[in-house]
Amino acid sequence: MATLALRNLVKRYDKTEVLHGIDLEVADGEFVVFVGPSGCGKSTTLRMIAGLEEVTQGTIEIGGRVVNNLEPKDRDIAMVFQNYAIYPHMTVRKNIGFGLRTAKMTKLEKSARLEEVAAILDMTDLLERKPSQLSGGQRQRVAIGRAMVRDPAVFLFDEPLSNLDAQLRTQMRLEIKKLHQRVGNTIVFVTHDQVEAMTMADRIVIMKDGHIQQVGTPAEVYHSPANAFVARFIGAPSMNMLPATAKDGAISIAGGAPLDLARAPDGVLNVGVRPDDLVLTGGVPILTGRVTVQEPLGNETLIYVDAGAQAGGEVIAKADGRTPPAVGSTVTLHADPGALHLFDATTGVTIR
Amino acid sequence: MTVADSIRPTSDALLSVTAPKRPANMGQIIRWLLLFLGGVAMVMPIAYMISTSLKWPHEVYNVNLIPDEPTIENYTYVLEDGRFYHWFVNSLVIATLTTVSNILFDSLVGYTLCKFRFPGRYIIFIAILSTLMIPTEMLVIPWYLMSQQFGWLDSYWGIMFPGLMTAFGTFLMKQFFETVPDDFIEAARIDGLNELQIWWTVAMPLVKPALAALAIFVFLGNWTAFIWPLIVANSVDMYTLPVGLSSFGDEADVAWELIMTGAAISTLPTLVVFLIFQRFIIRGVVMAGLKG
Ligand SMILES: Nc1ncnc2c1ncn2[C@@H]1O[C@H](COP(=O)(O)OP(=O)(O)OP(=O)(O)O)[C@@H](O)[C@H]1O
Ligand SMILES: [Mg+2]
Repeated sequence: MATLALRNLVKRYDKTEVLHGIDLEVADGEFVVFVGPSGCGKSTTLRMIAGLEEVTQGTIEIGGRVVNNLEPKDRDIAMVFQNYAIYPHMTVRKNIGFGLRTAKMTKLEKSARLEEVAAILDMTDLLERKPSQLSGGQRQRVAIGRAMVRDPAVFLFDEPLSNLDAQLRTQMRLEIKKLHQRVGNTIVFVTHDQVEAMTMADRIVIMKDGHIQQVGTPAEVYHSPANAFVARFIGAPSMNMLPATAKDGAISIAGGAPLDLARAPDGVLNVGVRPDDLVLTGGVPILTGRVTVQEPLGNETLIYVDAGAQAGGEVIAKADGRTPPAVGSTVTLHADPGALHLFDATTGVTIR
Repeated sequence: MTVADSIRPTSDALLSVTAPKRPANMGQIIRWLLLFLGGVAMVMPIAYMISTSLKWPHEVYNVNLIPDEPTIENYTYVLEDGRFYHWFVNSLVIATLTTVSNILFDSLVGYTLCKFRFPGRYIIFIAILSTLMIPTEMLVIPWYLMSQQFGWLDSYWGIMFPGLMTAFGTFLMKQFFETVPDDFIEAARIDGLNELQIWWTVAMPLVKPALAALAIFVFLGNWTAFIWPLIVANSVDMYTLPVGLSSFGDEADVAWELIMTGAAISTLPTLVVFLIFQRFIIRGVVMAGLKG
């Protein structure tokens, strides 16, 4: 087990720079999730930690030791790939045992370790099977098992659940989290699914275009996003963004009537409000519009409200599941002023 | 109009189509006929080979497929002739060694060209491919001069060296290694294997079908090779089977019955090789380790 530190990590392919200086400290035993849209550099970062990609600039430390020039096998890491990458020509036993090939253990110790891991993953009965005789979830478990046997300082996962169906994904998510609680190794997990990130992480690293946008606990990134990108990326459905102007402590949202908001600086800005906070009653009125679509979720119903061109089109709000407003009716949406997030209109940075 | 109404005309039309069945049958007949002719064309030479091997010399130029007086005299003669045994061993050794060499080196080079990024990689690949365009007949003279200078004439090495690696095999293996996902290789790298071990324990088992195909090609190619062995092997003891067989009989009279007997016997190893390797040609081995 070990800490992991990335210091000013830069990656260039020929002339194009895809990572522009990543700084991150991961504590011993921490579960860190990298999340971000496709192409933001999550996999590249992970592969650099694994030693599969050269470091252009900066340092990677595992357990306080700079590993930039070490081979993957000498870094004390294990990686689980999106496609599992378990060898089709080997049995499950051989696949899992593969991780121990270079370990300095006696044969007896190795097989004991293998049995132990198989038991943890509930795979003891499957050890003699070939991968082709396993389900998707079981294959993923073999891949995790192969990483686990080595008891690495750091586990690296690159979107390991994205090939599984929704139900299995939820189940494996829980299993990996439990596994982490049980074995306690440091984990770096990459995903583009913010729900996965929120549910599993001790801390979330949100990336975009090769930059870290914010690092924080799930609660922090949800409740105090650093900027408009994070605010919209975390949480589903996404936060509504409404253009606004403020003057002398009063703010006019989407051309509506001014309402008192002392923290708003004068000028043009964007107001963010989560659908959960945008309701039919309570708080102050924010905007008025016509309901275009209902999305019943049971306990509550999401309503899409056409708030006009000034509000930038449709906003999403929450209504009671039993008595949602009819499609076509006009509603006024309310919010608690404390639930409004303010963002600089040009930079997107949060105004606190 | 209901949905049923709109469908009915179509189903009626479908029913009426069952009547003219003849064209389909004619097509069927023609197809069978062509296949039959193709089969005959392929089987006839083999049938004649076996038939001739069972004939007495005076009957050889008689086109009958069934010999008047069948005999296994030719087989006893050929098998008891020490030369035949010698040539058989020569061919077996040469074809086997060449096959092993091709399996190893074609795949090594193919793997390197496929999975490693290094300057000049593309040029090297093109250079290898371009040698495919040069026919053997053109190379025979330089090969011969080279063998002469190095003292390789009349030796196994001299017969084998041009075929120890082939551009075709390298190309075939490179293409097949493309189907091996990089994830496998990277996973093995993390598991601590060196590059040679990755090639051997991870990549090679995943391209077994290609290796089997390559083995069959190379073995058959070398088993039946004629021109180069004829040129480079001078002493009768160094002849390969095809060269040796062609020398049966004396200057004046070619002993066809003996040649055919030898040829019949020499098809056996090719059958064995085919039976051994074809079971490896099973598709879809690679995909089983991926996804769900
Ligand atoms: N070998 C390469 N050569 C050039 N550019 C590359 C290479 N590999 C990745 N990139 C670029 O680096 C950027 C980051 O890629 P990366 O694979 O890290 O994205 P990602 O965040 O993992 O995305 P995804 O969610 O789609 O997996 C992308 O813009 C990609 O085009
Ligand atoms: Mg990726």
